Amino acid sequence: MTPFRTILAKELRCFFVSPIFYVVGAVFLFISGLIAHLMTVNAGQQAVRLLQIQNTYAQLNLNELVFRSLFYSLDFVLMFLLPILTMRLFAEERKLHTFELLLTSPIGINELISAKYVSVLLIYLGLLSLTSLTPLLLSFYSSFHWNPILTGYVALALQGGLFLACGVLASATTENQVVAAFLSFGMILLIWLLGGLGSLAGDTTIGNVLSYLSFSEHYDRLVRGLLEVKDIVYYLSGIVLMLFIAHRVVDSHRWT
Amino acid sequence: MITVQHVSKHYGHHTALDDVTFHVKKGEILAFLGPNGAGKTTTMRILTCFIPQSEGMASVAGFDCLDQPMEVKRHLGYLPETPPLYPELTVDEYLTFVGRLKRLTPRRVASRKSDVIDQVGLGSVHHRVIGHLSKGYRQRVGLAQALIHDPPVLILDEPTVGLDPKQIIEIRGLIKSLAGSQTIILSTHILPEAMAICDRVVIIHQGRIVAEDAPDRLSSRLRQSEKMSLTVKQPLPNWLERLRTLPGVLDVLPTATPNTCTIDCQLGQDLREKLSQFVVSQGYGLLELKSLSLSLEEVFLQLTHQEENAGLGEPNHIDPIGQSSEQPPT
Repeated sequence: MTPFRTILAKELRCFFVSPIFYVVGAVFLFISGLIAHLMTVNAGQQAVRLLQIQNTYAQLNLNELVFRSLFYSLDFVLMFLLPILTMRLFAEERKLHTFELLLTSPIGINELISAKYVSVLLIYLGLLSLTSLTPLLLSFYSSFHWNPILTGYVALALQGGLFLACGVLASATTENQVVAAFLSFGMILLIWLLGGLGSLAGDTTIGNVLSYLSFSEHYDRLVRGLLEVKDIVYYLSGIVLMLFIAHRVVDSHRWT
Repeated sequence: MITVQHVSKHYGHHTALDDVTFHVKKGEILAFLGPNGAGKTTTMRILTCFIPQSEGMASVAGFDCLDQPMEVKRHLGYLPETPPLYPELTVDEYLTFVGRLKRLTPRRVASRKSDVIDQVGLGSVHHRVIGHLSKGYRQRVGLAQALIHDPPVLILDEPTVGLDPKQIIEIRGLIKSLAGSQTIILSTHILPEAMAICDRVVIIHQGRIVAEDAPDRLSSRLRQSEKMSLTVKQPLPNWLERLRTLPGVLDVLPTATPNTCTIDCQLGQDLREKLSQFVVSQGYGLLELKSLSLSLEEVFLQLTHQEENAGLGEPNHIDPIGQSSEQPPT
């Protein structure tokens, strides 16, 4: 068993015995279910209204009415919930002094960070896969295009992956879990607001750069069903950058 | 087995370790003694590759701490001051986790785990969650963690701190039983502990080594005179003055206990026989006569005090480490 798998297994074990995981999981699933329900009811009411006005069965666009709104709302939910999932990763190790055990064992910091990141990513993807019940259930009663839903899930997975990488970095900087959660929330918010700054700057170089750095436009394209390499590159490079900085931060603890 | 040569550690302008040099032979137990903040933990962290030194060379089991940290980490077990435990895991799970972190094969983990559980006496609690264990058991789990991969070098940072006297004796016994097969460095600020377990003591103060020797030799080396305690039954009024006139006696001081005095004699002379003859001939009624040795506490206070008086930068006049007889080329 490699150290990567050892740490991964231990992290998953710790998630499943920690109340935080269950609380975050329950809140996430409840809210995503509730939003999906509200959107579906809303779509149903619109269908009834259209029926009354036009006296015909209109073909409702569920992709737009239900799923796109659902994906946009879940984005916000993730901003709040994922920092709570990642806050303990390194902060707790430092609090418990197990950080010393990890760094005095024959394992690399790369393995440590990647194992921790993959553990929390697996947890998140597991939760995310449970929300696929909504499209599966709706597919029995209505028809819609599956492609935008698949790219929407790709968007959620990548977006979550980026948020989690921010969380890993935030957790590496402090031994206080609350500080770690707020820090990663702040980082995510900042990356998001870069888009707003970008649109203020308009179609200038700075404006375009800022808009590119924000995840808004990349997420937007994916949710609309456009699967482009540049957006995937954006997310993957963002994740790698955050984890790289986290590596430097963990390493720097040894020097201070 | 462990070599530390001219190691210094600076944090900005603060110097945590200043030109520390010592060696530990295979199978030896070395105690690091010093007040809090003296640099004990810093030295241990350098040896475990947790922090790098600013200057100098440190090596463990023949591997350099800066160049071959992975090899060093494989060859040592480390118990930090606070045992690094996950409260949500059971003792079994935890030891399995650490064993695999130390790159043992699953089969080896299983056999070593049962060995160390027996060794540190965790048999009755091995299936329990660490968060529910008492402090004594947690300390033992910490020790088991350091032993799981059967490392040739053990580094224990205050292994008995916070334990009750019975547990302290048990842990000390355990550490002593490891001597010979394992090379051990332990830090403590409890002086009798160093006396009880260790072959050699390194006294460290303000980041510098102020003395290094066997515990008993350390106290005898620092003596400026032979001290004796004398208790008699019925002294005459001027008995102290009369004792003072004896050849070889430097000074006689009364003590708080009635009819007892401390006698300073010239170094290297055993006056017990002459003193007893004198006391008996004078009819004082000899009750007790014993030679006093400096306790490690006194040694320690004396050393750290002298060090402060000597000021920084001056060569150590108590223990010129470079001339120490114990310099094995490990």
